Amino acid sequence: MDFFARFAVPNPGPTIYASMVAIALTMVAIFVGLTYYKKWGYLWREWLTTVDHKRIGIMYLISALLMLFRGGVDAIMMRAQTAVPENTLLGAQEYNEIFTTHGVVMIIFMAMAFIMALMNFAVPLQIGARDVAFPRLNALSFWLYFFGAMLFNISFVIGGSPDSGWSSYFPLAGTEYSESVGTNYYMLALQISGLGTLITGINFITTILKMRAPGMTLMKMPMFTWSALITNLIIVFAFPVLTVALLMGTMDRLFATNFFTTSNGGMDMLWANLFWVWGHPEVYILILPAFGIYSEIISTFSRRNLYGYKSMVISMVAISVLSFLVWVHHFFTMGQGALVNSIFSITTMAIAVPTGIKIFNWLFTLRKGKIVFTTPMLYSLGFIPIFTIGGVTGVMLGMASADYQYHNTMFLVAHFHLVIIPGVVFAMIAGLFYWWPKMFGFMLNERLGKWSFWFIAISVCVTFFPMFISGLDGQARRMYTYSESTGFGIWNLISFIGAIGLAIGFALIVYNIYYSIRYSTREIPADPWDARSLEWATHSPVPEYNFAIVPEVDSTEAFWDYKKKGYKLFKGKYEPIHMPNNSGVPFLMGLVFFVWGFAFVFGMWIFAVIASIGIAACLAHRSFEKDHGRYISVEEIEKTEKDLGGAKE
Amino acid sequence: MKVDHSLPLEYGTEQNRLNILGFWIFLGAEIALFGTLFASYFTLVDRTGSGPTGAEIFEITPVLIETILLLTSSFTIGLGIHAMRLGKAKAMITFFAITLLLGLGFLGVEIYDFIVYIHEGATLQTSGFTAILFLTLGTHGAHVTFGLFWGAFIILQVIKRGLTPETANKAFIFSLYWHFLDVVWIFIFSFVFLKGMM
Repeated sequence: MDFFARFAVPNPGPTIYASMVAIALTMVAIFVGLTYYKKWGYLWREWLTTVDHKRIGIMYLISALLMLFRGGVDAIMMRAQTAVPENTLLGAQEYNEIFTTHGVVMIIFMAMAFIMALMNFAVPLQIGARDVAFPRLNALSFWLYFFGAMLFNISFVIGGSPDSGWSSYFPLAGTEYSESVGTNYYMLALQISGLGTLITGINFITTILKMRAPGMTLMKMPMFTWSALITNLIIVFAFPVLTVALLMGTMDRLFATNFFTTSNGGMDMLWANLFWVWGHPEVYILILPAFGIYSEIISTFSRRNLYGYKSMVISMVAISVLSFLVWVHHFFTMGQGALVNSIFSITTMAIAVPTGIKIFNWLFTLRKGKIVFTTPMLYSLGFIPIFTIGGVTGVMLGMASADYQYHNTMFLVAHFHLVIIPGVVFAMIAGLFYWWPKMFGFMLNERLGKWSFWFIAISVCVTFFPMFISGLDGQARRMYTYSESTGFGIWNLISFIGAIGLAIGFALIVYNIYYSIRYSTREIPADPWDARSLEWATHSPVPEYNFAIVPEVDSTEAFWDYKKKGYKLFKGKYEPIHMPNNSGVPFLMGLVFFVWGFAFVFGMWIFAVIASIGIAACLAHRSFEKDHGRYISVEEIEKTEKDLGGAKE
Repeated sequence: MKVDHSLPLEYGTEQNRLNILGFWIFLGAEIALFGTLFASYFTLVDRTGSGPTGAEIFEITPVLIETILLLTSSFTIGLGIHAMRLGKAKAMITFFAITLLLGLGFLGVEIYDFIVYIHEGATLQTSGFTAILFLTLGTHGAHVTFGLFWGAFIILQVIKRGLTPETANKAFIFSLYWHFLDVVWIFIFSFVFLKGMM
């Protein structure tokens, strides 16, 4: 029994027990369902072993939506707890765990996954490629992310959740103040999924640099592809910093080293610095693809080409450079001195310049455009004002001396939610609606889509605007309760009402997906939005080889030219297409990494060694494997193209 | 597979060219990784707590031996790639084997060095300085260890399959990796050991 005692949750409550039951029931339901409908083979052949970027994208999408649910439940519980003063719905410890998992799940496992989903799906199509440069590695990236997310999520039923905030500052996150295994989960789950992200970064840079359609020079790439390129460059240089920081944190916790301790020469501020040297670029890893999506959508539904293409590219490059030079603004109050704070204050405010350029470019794209108010466009239009409010309050926070007033208050919470939600979440939903017909061959319901937009856009403001006021009045973040005499009650109550509105908005999106699967027409054209880039030049849903003939391009909007000016996009004839084989090894390797992480969390060294050997065996297998892929014959292509409604000229 | 014979074998196919570019980008990430380790090292180097300083535990002889072994191995793998370009599989295998033996020698001396440090009272847990010292050296050493297995696998594949676009590509990428480890070691030698002994 001693062996199993370690898996017990340190602070069990009714919510934890309910979750345990819910998880067990869901597992049983999935298992029984798959067996009853004889879908195990289908699941394995078509999904778990796939190396197709489109399917990997869809798996990221499903995971991201699941994580959005998990993080959203956390959010509602926090808002419910603080809705009235002196509330006893949650205890201090539970509240600590919930704001920690909310942050980690939303940033690492929801927003990142959502971006990966859309990047995986759209980028190879936008550049006219047949897949990414390393399809097998792409599958591995996904499975590392997925099992990292699973490892993190089991923490709250096995051993206890992390409770020291998503930024996990030491010495709070050290063994002295965080005794449970929760923070071990944090360190290892982020390490595993971070590895997956790094691999994606390498994969997509190579893909975008080397696999573009003939004629598509860098300055003729669609803006979303540009944003993906810049984002992946940031990933490649930022994630290794996190790798090292997590490694040190893990060693401090498991092997009693002194990297971040307050004795024997350890330095707790080193963690804060390393974390934010990764953490701030991470913010731009999230926002740049979102900017790319807005550029696509705004130009599509204004029926105009994007205003200021070059300045868009230049400002993204500028943002990517500046993103590495601002990390100290996360802890202005932690004793750097005036000179250092001033420098980082200036770099922080400087980011507003390229961002402002982008905002004006979108506005100028709208100007004199024939605007069509579709759901994706509504989200993009809603983004501009709300994001600007979030961004301007960011500049306020960036003034180091003023920051002493609102550092770590609800003002900060309002600021970053008002940039991340309209910035990233709106973009992801917009992208979801926009690319959905390309993914699945039918459209999401527009009426429900617009309802969800209005619910979400208004609720975001209702939820977060009051926090500016309570924050300026001095309400600190991460406090599980407050007394009535503070006067924060009313603002928090409004916030809670907004949070319910947000929940309804997201529920509407889920209902929309269900409704559209059942009732939406399957008879849609390949280009239902009258869009401008290459992904719309192939069928919906997309055949596995993407394009029967690789398109040739001579402008930024070759597909538009093809539609309006009679430009010939597909030259030449069918040839056999080389495709990579499916493989179960990436899935298996993810699973072994899960075991490896779990063994480390609990310091079960025998299992850790066995799992490490397992990982090495997977790598060795890959080294010796002879896998030359396969060819799709011309007859097969002809048949597929005919079934999908005839080839395009 | 379409093989372009105007290019060296390792660049011959489209996938080979992708692999090489991808690996260069990976090395970019590795630079960020070791850069972070060095930055942390410089932050923690004087934070020795009650433990010994670098000057008290570093010894020049084993470090020099390690340096000579690793630098020589970088030269021999260069000869190996040269032999590969000339199509001489046997010579290539020999040079690769010498490279790995030198790498093994390096690793042996490094482990010996670690044991000496521990005997002198500088364990992983002693201080901030010893933690980052072992982590920086250990990360480099772990890369060398990984490289030994990887290199051995490639030798086996060249023996079994001969010089094909695939094996040549793997060997070339491995040589990039090995040279990179050498570069990192030069930084470790200069900024950890020489600076620490001054």
